[in-house]
Amino acid sequence: MKRGKGMKFVGDSRVTADKQKFIPKDYSEYPGRTEAFWPNYLLKEWLVGAVFLVGFLCLTIAHPAPLEKMADPTDTSYLPLPDWYFLFLYQLLKYKFASAQFFVLGAIVIPGLAFGALFLAPFLDKGKERRPHKRPIATGLMLLSFAAVFWLTYEAAAHVDWEEKAENNKPELPEDQPSVEIDESAPGYALYEENSCINCHGGDLTGGGAAPGLIGIDLDVEEIKDIAVNGVGSMPADQFQGTDEELQELAEFIVSVNEEASEEE
Amino acid sequence: MLQKIYDWIDDRVDITPLWRDIADHEVPEHVNPAHHFSAFVYCFGGLTFFVTVIQILSGMFLTMYYVPDIENAWRSVYYLQTEVAHGQIVRGMHHWGASVVIVMLFLHTLRVFFQGAYKKPRELNWMVGVLLFFVMLALGLTGYLLPWDNKAYFATVVTLEIAEGVPFIGEMAKTLLNGDPSIVGAQTLARFFAIHVFFLPAALFVLMAIHFIMIRKQGISGPL
Repeated sequence: MKRGKGMKFVGDSRVTADKQKFIPKDYSEYPGRTEAFWPNYLLKEWLVGAVFLVGFLCLTIAHPAPLEKMADPTDTSYLPLPDWYFLFLYQLLKYKFASAQFFVLGAIVIPGLAFGALFLAPFLDKGKERRPHKRPIATGLMLLSFAAVFWLTYEAAAHVDWEEKAENNKPELPEDQPSVEIDESAPGYALYEENSCINCHGGDLTGGGAAPGLIGIDLDVEEIKDIAVNGVGSMPADQFQGTDEELQELAEFIVSVNEEASEEE
Repeated sequence: MLQKIYDWIDDRVDITPLWRDIADHEVPEHVNPAHHFSAFVYCFGGLTFFVTVIQILSGMFLTMYYVPDIENAWRSVYYLQTEVAHGQIVRGMHHWGASVVIVMLFLHTLRVFFQGAYKKPRELNWMVGVLLFFVMLALGLTGYLLPWDNKAYFATVVTLEIAEGVPFIGEMAKTLLNGDPSIVGAQTLARFFAIHVFFLPAALFVLMAIHFIMIRKQGISGPL
């Protein structure tokens, strides 16, 4: 079947109009030399791709994509780390010669020179020679950079307890707190504010990074008074500094908010 | 039947030369692992492309469930992971693909570098390749924030702090990425989503097209 009947090729400078269709060479003529891309070689590439895909899917099934807790900007104890392929830059900025007053050196000059040199490699290494051992400067610099990146990544990753980090940040669906209108003009709320309860338990009593919420708790007035004075769990004692009447007022306020919440449900 | 359809189209738009450009060429012996096992190093570029295709397809499916706002982003990912049939596999492919594509790109770059394959006449294609590397790193950086979990959030805070430290343009660059001079929040997530899903893939496709067209024009560099 003759193709391209009566049509001149436009904008195809590589293939001339009268060029014959490429016919793969007979393999008996050139044993083990060139191979037609279509379909022979493509089939082999396809097989490599299939094997690769099987391996990739095994990885995917064996190690599900990690998901940590929902982002909590108030969590000050969290150790921030970038994705692994940025760890080397992150580690570089930890060294004295690349941080603080030398920040520009660490963040711009060193990576800029390295990546700039990579980008312009063909113009820095202009010789005709292609074999690595015949161009020792290019090869040496690349090996050095490779070693540096590898070392920096290792240094950044080795000091992190990844398992503990994952354990502490397991995903959990945040429970929807019952929404309560809190009367912020109540005298109890003023005490709540004055006695610094608000700093940890939040302005709307829903808690924060350091303390649980106070809505939906199953405690009576006496128990709340006891916790405010003696502490509980990670909450230290003597948080409450006011008089006994004020303590009573505060506890009653918290209980009243809880009663309101349970009524709304 | 197929032949008739082909001929009908060919009569009108003459697709044969196009087909010739894409598929009708011979593969030289020195890149063929069937002849020299060491030629497997030539696979890395193709595998990078293969993983990129996986990333595009899995990413398209992820957007069916993902919601780019700070209230629902994490919940939508959690829902995808725990409730949606095969959601964990699709997200797993996208998550691991992001790492594997960097590894493959790295190996491909090393292969081209140590073989000196970037020398005349292939300087331009090397530079396009390095730009592709940067685009891929930027895709990794912006995609990392999207699940909106602790590690995503704090990694982005650190990254933006570094960007801010750049003299002269740092603060402007941070505000541009962040959507606000100081708050990393709703705007940041929306911008990273837009950059990750629209801006960077567009750049990626253009650069990949140039990369591949140049490979076909120039052919593969000869044996060492």
